[in-house]
Amino acid sequence: MEKCFINGLGCVSSQETINDDFLKSPIDYSDAFLIPALKPDYKSFIPPAAIRRMSNGVKNSVVASAYAMKEANVTEVDGIITGTGMGCIQDSEKFLSKLIEYNEEYLTPTPFIQSTHNTVAGQIALNLKSKAYNFTYVHAGNSFQSALLDGMMKVQLDNKNSVLVGGVDEIGDHSLMLFRLVNIYKKEDEKNDIFYPQTPGAVMGEGATFFVLGNEKQDNTSAELLDVDMLSKVEDDNVPNYINQFLEKHNLVHDDIDAIILGNNGDVKFDHLYTKAEENFETAEKVYFKHLFGDFHASPSIALWIASNILKKQHIPEVLYRNIPRERKSSYKKVLIYTHYRGQDHSLILLSNV
Amino acid sequence: MAQNIAITGMGIVSAIGMNVEENLMSLKGNKHGISKIENIDTILRDSIFVGEIKKINQELLDLLGVKEVVNNFSRTSMLGTLAVKEAIEDAGIDVRSENIGFINSTTVGGMDIIERYYNTFEFEKDEQHYIEVHDAGNNTNVICDYLGIKGMVTTISTACSSAANAIMLGARLIKSGRLDKVIVGGMDGLCKFTINGFNTLMILSDAHNQPFDDQRKGLNLGEGAAYLVLEAEESYTKRGKKPLAFLSGYANANDAFHQTASSENGEGAFLAMQKAFEVAGLDVGSIDYVNAHGTATPNNDLSEGRAILNVFNQNVPDFSSTKPFTGHTLAAAAAVEAVYSILSLREGIIYPNLNFETPMKEFDLIPNLQLKSKEVNAVLSNSFGFGGNCSSLIFVK
Repeated sequence: MEKCFINGLGCVSSQETINDDFLKSPIDYSDAFLIPALKPDYKSFIPPAAIRRMSNGVKNSVVASAYAMKEANVTEVDGIITGTGMGCIQDSEKFLSKLIEYNEEYLTPTPFIQSTHNTVAGQIALNLKSKAYNFTYVHAGNSFQSALLDGMMKVQLDNKNSVLVGGVDEIGDHSLMLFRLVNIYKKEDEKNDIFYPQTPGAVMGEGATFFVLGNEKQDNTSAELLDVDMLSKVEDDNVPNYINQFLEKHNLVHDDIDAIILGNNGDVKFDHLYTKAEENFETAEKVYFKHLFGDFHASPSIALWIASNILKKQHIPEVLYRNIPRERKSSYKKVLIYTHYRGQDHSLILLSNV
Repeated sequence: MAQNIAITGMGIVSAIGMNVEENLMSLKGNKHGISKIENIDTILRDSIFVGEIKKINQELLDLLGVKEVVNNFSRTSMLGTLAVKEAIEDAGIDVRSENIGFINSTTVGGMDIIERYYNTFEFEKDEQHYIEVHDAGNNTNVICDYLGIKGMVTTISTACSSAANAIMLGARLIKSGRLDKVIVGGMDGLCKFTINGFNTLMILSDAHNQPFDDQRKGLNLGEGAAYLVLEAEESYTKRGKKPLAFLSGYANANDAFHQTASSENGEGAFLAMQKAFEVAGLDVGSIDYVNAHGTATPNNDLSEGRAILNVFNQNVPDFSSTKPFTGHTLAAAAAVEAVYSILSLREGIIYPNLNFETPMKEFDLIPNLQLKSKEVNAVLSNSFGFGGNCSSLIFVK
């Protein structure tokens, strides 16, 4: 089995992640009730006519994937694999609201074509003229992890040396309004406090984060991806057990993990699972990110971006801690990411330094 | 030479039957399921034909024994649950006690529900429990909750090749040793969103679809769901389960030509078929039947026909499209056709390509026109979709 390295990163998010600074000047969103992505300079990557036509998710993905490929120093890839919870929701909304408003008349094909979940992977393939393997996963909070697992298997078992893997979601106004009604996202007057959750739901964010996975270590390699695991149902009390079994499979104990990244999103109904997940990690530094990025289905891709940066730069920005540890680690060798989506669809991602 | 992945169970619902045997009876009896649309109130009612399952949602819920008024079933996940249930019963596996994988696929998810309540959700509290079905993954999880599936679960959406890709991922997960049993397939219910979307693309036929015919006018949309249980050798041997067939080859390639159309020479299709043969370690001459994607759009059939001619070096085996029976069931199509491919192996039959009259002028390809009995040892099944997504699967006895 080949090793799987993360050779390139590209992240368009609500923070200045597109440059190489690892959250040096973080933007504070503690008063925000919606956390949109910062717009990168689309003009350098996309023709003006296409900028107007493409939805945010597609544009952000084109930019993020270009950065990842540049860092990995590749111009073609052996696979394009994306994970997205809601796909191109802006175009879906456009088509659907017109369909309803005009009773199925006066519809045009463009928003329908662009509404399909695999638009992003298809568009990147078109841009790169890539005839390679092309997949899209749409499994809510495990969309990105599914793409990552697939990409890792492509590298480890099929000896592919450059697979593009990404997680993307965009904010759609109408669906956000609907998701707020059922407490998936917080209402407009509810505070974004992921450390002391008071209300159900999360503050919504969006973003596009891409990685180039490969079987050869390069100068720019940030980390080695050791494993990705997903499990649909874990009883609340069994979360520590799920993590134990995963560590055992890799011949690791809790203290081997230098940092654990957790998906706390301020949802009072479900964040207790993260407390359970943390409980056996006495020495690992606890890292949180959704206060800076908001939450969306593909947000674990941001966690992987953070993990890759921690291992590459051997540093954790203070803004990612709840409490700054008294003694910080002198080096970071193993990073674990644990997330679940509303109490189900659990996942673990394990990385190592190179 | 690749290790074969066994198929130890299958289940299907489509316009020609609510289970495997009903589908087989219809295929054998030339009984198609194409009709005018009845369950959806659409202005296109009189101008299109569809492969519709003639049961309203309440009837589907009754079949599932769902009594709760507040449930999260969309039409798509109702169809999905029925077919998954048949597949796991056929395989004789216990999803409640084992961590069995489930790789699902869909293009529309719960859109039939969302389009109905889109503008009233805000004011009608009673409808709000349905909001979550907008998320495709939620539709998969509804099936898991109903049947007790708790292992590795994910959902794929790659347009009309979705289920082929779910089958492919399942096979790779078994080969990697991560899973020893996995349920794979796809589901899609008809809804206004899809019907109108395809209508704007002007690829819906106002008559019965005619794959590979020179006069073909487009596709008939369909609905349905189908699933296979894939299983590793060690697992089915240990429990003494006789496989129905084996999945020996699979591949995916991208046409990278256009967001919705296929390239004229069918390069993506050619690559997918060629790679599937490589994975299978089989010679093109070993194929006894090709279940074509054959949607009956001018674009697909030309592109696929050329690709088939290229792959088989002009010596094309018996081939047909079964979409005149079922309509194009989108995400479910490749799984529906996988079930038909396995039935072709089991029964030794080749299905007719209904509605064919005139050969296409671009090439000399005539599909199989009558139900034909012969020894079938290997079947190639194609599925191509939007975004240039091309997938091919090879099933063997």
